[in-house]
Amino acid sequence: MALKGMRPVYVISGGVSKFTKARSDRTFQPIVKEAFDQALEDVGLDFGRANELIDGTVGSYFSDHFMRQLKAATMVQDYLGLCPKPSHRVEGGGATGGLGFQEGWKSVASGLMDVCLVFGWETMSHVETWKGNEFIALASDVSFDYPVGGFYSGYYAMMVVRHMHEFGTTVEQLAHVSVKNHTNALHNPYAQKRLRLTIRDVRAAPMVAYPLTRHDICVMSDGAACVLLASEEGLVAIERATGRTLPRVSVTGVGRGTDAMRMADRPHGDVILLPHEKASDYKGLKYPGVHSFRAGRMACKQAYQMAGITSPSRELSFVELHDAYTSSEIQTYEDMGLCRYGEGGPFAASGKTFMPGIDYGLKLKGQGTIPVNPSGGLIACGHPVGATGLMQAVFALWQLQGTIPERFGDPALQVKGARRGAIHSHAGTGTYVTVSILERQD
Amino acid sequence: MSRRRRDVRRPAGPPRRRTGRRHPSGRVPRPAGRRAEPQARRPENLEGTVVFRVPFPESLDALKGMTPIVVKQPYRIDYVHSFGQDSPFFAGLANGRLLGTRCRRCDYTYATPRLACMFCGGETDWVELPKVGRVHTFTTCYFGSEEFLPECPFSLILVEFEGVNTLFLARLIGVDPDRIRIGMEVRARFVRNAKFKPTDVYFVPGRVPS
Repeated sequence: MALKGMRPVYVISGGVSKFTKARSDRTFQPIVKEAFDQALEDVGLDFGRANELIDGTVGSYFSDHFMRQLKAATMVQDYLGLCPKPSHRVEGGGATGGLGFQEGWKSVASGLMDVCLVFGWETMSHVETWKGNEFIALASDVSFDYPVGGFYSGYYAMMVVRHMHEFGTTVEQLAHVSVKNHTNALHNPYAQKRLRLTIRDVRAAPMVAYPLTRHDICVMSDGAACVLLASEEGLVAIERATGRTLPRVSVTGVGRGTDAMRMADRPHGDVILLPHEKASDYKGLKYPGVHSFRAGRMACKQAYQMAGITSPSRELSFVELHDAYTSSEIQTYEDMGLCRYGEGGPFAASGKTFMPGIDYGLKLKGQGTIPVNPSGGLIACGHPVGATGLMQAVFALWQLQGTIPERFGDPALQVKGARRGAIHSHAGTGTYVTVSILERQD
Repeated sequence: MSRRRRDVRRPAGPPRRRTGRRHPSGRVPRPAGRRAEPQARRPENLEGTVVFRVPFPESLDALKGMTPIVVKQPYRIDYVHSFGQDSPFFAGLANGRLLGTRCRRCDYTYATPRLACMFCGGETDWVELPKVGRVHTFTTCYFGSEEFLPECPFSLILVEFEGVNTLFLARLIGVDPDRIRIGMEVRARFVRNAKFKPTDVYFVPGRVPS
């Protein structure tokens, strides 16, 4: 179901820099250029032709604090050689990349542009880790939450403690997510953290905020990602310029949601239902409380409606979601309707979200019915905030093109026969969430 | 040498007042080739100097292979922050009172104050909250933002109050992390010397307010 007056938008190509703890060899602009150059090289465009075809850009980065450089997106536009084309900077916490992707989609779908480049990055190594945590914590209410000693791992920990109380979720189920994503990343050369872990390793790691240990939490990173989006006309022009026929991967659904900044203010009301759910499924459940993300549910509801999805666990080939915390992945399974609210824990341990054909060192009942974070997710790839939402789009594109084996140099993470995937980007404690559906058309 | 040239060009007599087009700043532009004043220097001292000799290659071609130079850059700010409409909350803490707000239209009661109702858009009014509540959820932070690292480990709770719709984020003090339970009763305590932070109130286990 297309939105009235909006044109189809194709995802043409993408690029990702190697995410790493610190890139002192380059300032932020050339790091973005690495991703940009890859996106162009991948599709066979030299800069001259790309410059003729690109109508405008969207720049996404989260925090001016990390670099103490305001208005940095204009410096990237400049360094990439794209001035004086139109551009627009997007910021939305952890959802920055997802929001940027959707702003790029809007630019093309509306008819304003035929080819739009979305670039995103974060360089977090300019401050020490705990100062970095402090900056991120400033994205919570600075009068009422931050001064209490709030920091994001603490907030997420409080959410999962309540989730455990409401639904019986266990720490071992959280650890399954960590084992899955870290093991997947062993097959992804772009991932920052590549560790073979067991459940025991995850639980034995240093406790950061009860019950989350180091291995339940993503790491800060320096990295960039780019996505090139185009209308039908733009895609044809690129094919003409490169002499190639490009796979047609289009954006068939977009959705967004928000929620109160302070977890304390989250209502205790009724579940926002997806088409395959009934109110009686959730009798007595106070929602979202501090155990669920209303914003995520809202974003999915919109995206699924637009894409015509009524049973997400069956109609999606894979999901790349925002797993800044293992607990957040479990909560997000529920928000996305991959399983019911309350069943996220058992779902995480069931094997359904694991990749088929990989040995995780775990006894799993069924493996790979709906792979989640085949790339390794944020937990293993790293979380350079402004880039991750776009990194997900690039990995999803490669899944749908069937090119993961050549790009990763390893076929293990290719979801076979992938036709439709969802990417999910998330900010704060679920204050902004974006969900986009990408689908192979040919 | 220039002095001699000047003597040759000008006839003897009192120094001539230079007239003609004036620069907008009022300064008369010097003729080209005139040397800068000896005092025209940036300050030469050791302030901000940390390294005296920096390796530099013979050939410019070798420059791109240079190891990056990484420096420390300190920065600090003092904000002038107004609590605005939330100010009474902080005044309350300084007076040992815990205040929330209640919507005059729909009666929804906020434990963390907000002066506009999130449901009906109506204006809310200040109300006194109970000083006893229950733990809705908790965690113990073993690490934290840089500012709070010295205080780790510390426990955070969201407190629920009878007759109040939303929760309140606070520190829980005086309980072993292993003994915190959802549903346990906690009561408010206030610091004697207020710092105008929400931690001017904190919670300890038990029911009887002190």
